[in-house]
Amino acid sequence: MLTLTGVNKRYPTGDRALTDIDLNLPRGQVMALIGPSGAGKSTLIRCVNRLVEPTSGSIRLEETELTRLSGNALRRARRAMAMIFQEYALVDRLTVMENVLSGRLGYVGFWRSFTRRYPQEDIAEAFRLLDRVGLPHALDKRADALSGGQRQRVGIARALIQRPRLLLVDEPTASLDPKTSRQIMRLIRELCAERELAAIINIHDVALAQQFADRIVGLRAGEIVFDGKPHELDADTLTTIYGEEEWDTRVNEEDAESEPASAEPVPRMALATGGAS
Amino acid sequence: MPVSTSPQGTPIWRLRTTRSQWLGYLGWLAGACLFLLCWKVISDNTMWVFVEDAGRQGGDLISRMLPPQWAYAHRLWKPMWDTLNIATLGTLLGIAMAFPVAFLAARNTTPHPLVRSAALVIIVASRSINSLIWAMLLVTILGPGVLAGIIAIALRSIGFIGKLLYEAIEEIHPTPVEAISATGAGRMQVMSYGVLPQVMPAFAGISVYRWDINIRESTVLGLVGAGGIGLQLNAAINSLAWNQVSVIFVMIFVTVLASEWISARVRHAII
Amino acid sequence: MTRQAEAREGQWRRLPMIENPRLRWGLVVGLAVYLVLALASVEVNWARVAEGASRGLNFIAAFAQPDFVSRRGDIIDGILESLTMTVTSTVIGVALSIPVGLGAARNIAPWPIYYLCRGIITVSRTFQEIIIAILFVVMFGFGPLAGMITLAFATIGFMAKLLAEDIEDLDWRQVEAVRATGASWWQTMNHAVQPQVMPRLIGLSMYRLDINFRESAVIGIVGAGGIGATLNTSISRYEYDTSAAILLIIIAIVLLCEYSSSHIRRWTQ
Repeated sequence: MLTLTGVNKRYPTGDRALTDIDLNLPRGQVMALIGPSGAGKSTLIRCVNRLVEPTSGSIRLEETELTRLSGNALRRARRAMAMIFQEYALVDRLTVMENVLSGRLGYVGFWRSFTRRYPQEDIAEAFRLLDRVGLPHALDKRADALSGGQRQRVGIARALIQRPRLLLVDEPTASLDPKTSRQIMRLIRELCAERELAAIINIHDVALAQQFADRIVGLRAGEIVFDGKPHELDADTLTTIYGEEEWDTRVNEEDAESEPASAEPVPRMALATGGAS
Repeated sequence: MPVSTSPQGTPIWRLRTTRSQWLGYLGWLAGACLFLLCWKVISDNTMWVFVEDAGRQGGDLISRMLPPQWAYAHRLWKPMWDTLNIATLGTLLGIAMAFPVAFLAARNTTPHPLVRSAALVIIVASRSINSLIWAMLLVTILGPGVLAGIIAIALRSIGFIGKLLYEAIEEIHPTPVEAISATGAGRMQVMSYGVLPQVMPAFAGISVYRWDINIRESTVLGLVGAGGIGLQLNAAINSLAWNQVSVIFVMIFVTVLASEWISARVRHAII
Repeated sequence: MTRQAEAREGQWRRLPMIENPRLRWGLVVGLAVYLVLALASVEVNWARVAEGASRGLNFIAAFAQPDFVSRRGDIIDGILESLTMTVTSTVIGVALSIPVGLGAARNIAPWPIYYLCRGIITVSRTFQEIIIAILFVVMFGFGPLAGMITLAFATIGFMAKLLAEDIEDLDWRQVEAVRATGASWWQTMNHAVQPQVMPRLIGLSMYRLDINFRESAVIGIVGAGGIGATLNTSISRYEYDTSAAILLIIIAIVLLCEYSSSHIRRWTQ
């Protein structure tokens, strides 16, 4: 469904962020993108919806070549690709409902959105989604009055109301505690299954990636160094992706849920690479 | 500044210390010379005979101002109303013009660097020129009256509001803007959902603050014929009716204090 | 029906900013009435405006061909006078604003001095420079001295208020630490207060220098020296090319001032 061929990204400073990325994502597949900070994970998903302009190469979503779009065509293409952000990226001073409805901006005209006169079915859908992510009561609350996990749920609702075919998820759990992280990942996973969505999830936490993804792609210094099933990931491949470390010291996965919540987003210290990419 | 206390301190360090110290002294000396030179120019252009007389003149002025001719006050309500209108309508007009200029001048919302430079030029020109100069110009163009005052206040406000607002726009969080663009929103929608909610409090605060300043400025626009209480002030001074002047001063004082109080309350409520 | 149930049916409107509908509509109606009344009281002589339109175009055209030459002497004298007034008034004003600012800080000044200093600040900030200039011209006679005193007085109000606010919320632990060593009042000021407020004081002085220059360009209208008198004459004689030249010089100097002050501020911080 999504096909990347020979994608390169070089920043004006001369830094090479991505080198010859070839990737094919079939319909309904949840793919985790792992790799150290600065490996180009964020750049890769931002190239797909053109928040970052790729330097060369081709990115196709079904029949559409995304790299050559501009203006209204780009707008229309972006409607099919919803993005979920690390720091939630909600507009703090707007209410939860307004934030969710902002996912429809690609479909409604300026004045309609400016006066908040959304079509009836959009509003009903927004409420259904808020109900689905467990926040029906928060409707009129301002986004900055919510907790981190609640905000990410609003972010997910905003993404889904776009009726996308592809989800681009950038570090959804990096600012959350371990328990909330798992709840959010499970929610994303379920929603992808319900709606047959393909997803690219950038994630630091290898164990979470293994638990919730169908496929794992490892990125190192802008190049794909691993592409396979979650169970194929072993200490050697982790060394290829992240460099030398004693990977065996990781704790048992069943223990993860009982670990105390901490400010540190990643519970398994040995696997974490720390910081945002 | 490195300071060597022992007499055996390394010579290089002592050199640098002495040198920067000397530079400091030189700077102060240059400043003092500049000040004295400026003072000399002013003193050459001053009739010192008048200055020696200043104390007596001041006393004379106060004695003529007191007691204020309170009966005159009832003729000031209309000019005061005009003054308030000049400030308020001028601020509104200024806001309407400054708002788009600020968006064009902010690095993250401007459509093109050239447009940005043009917007910055507008802001600088408007900021550099006092509202009284704008009023003088407009009075020769539009004729004396409230209209010239309103436009003068508006033209001066563009720069003030525009500058503070575009700085606020440049300081917003970029991620919500990114998120709104990612939904497929158009340019104007990104502005209204991603940028506007973030700068709204700053914008309201800046506007109220400028309104308060404009009340003060509009009290003198009448001196050059642009309407408001300044016209009465000018007439009273020209006819040497100092006991009327003092009434006008009291009214200006009360109005400006009231507007400052309102502005402070509103800004406090916003933040 | 609750808003949740309504939203389920697809009915949702943004919450109004002011919840009480009476207050909300009251404000809207009040504002509308004010606007109507205010606009109605603006008298416009359209014939005069039409007549002036060509002059307006002349003025704009003058910026393409500013005339620096024909009144060169007046312009140079006026600008120099403005600059000298700016420098002296800023120096004197800042120097005097320090004691007034200290006196107006509630946490270090005794009550009678506090009220006296606050009074000076309020009077200086309330009246426009022009009004003060009129009074000083009457007292000291025409010329730059009256202008300089005016600007210095205005500087005191501006600087002392901000300085006092700074002192009121400075870090009190540092002051206590110095006082605990047995330092006298002056030593405390010098070692604990001065280092905390100095960088901002310099920044504000530079900003005030800029404001003083801009103001010095207008107080000449009432005879207090500076470029204002020349500008006023050129405008009332419709010599717009000379006015344009003067305005361009003012803009250039303000730009220069702003540019150098941002450098100095970066250097002191």
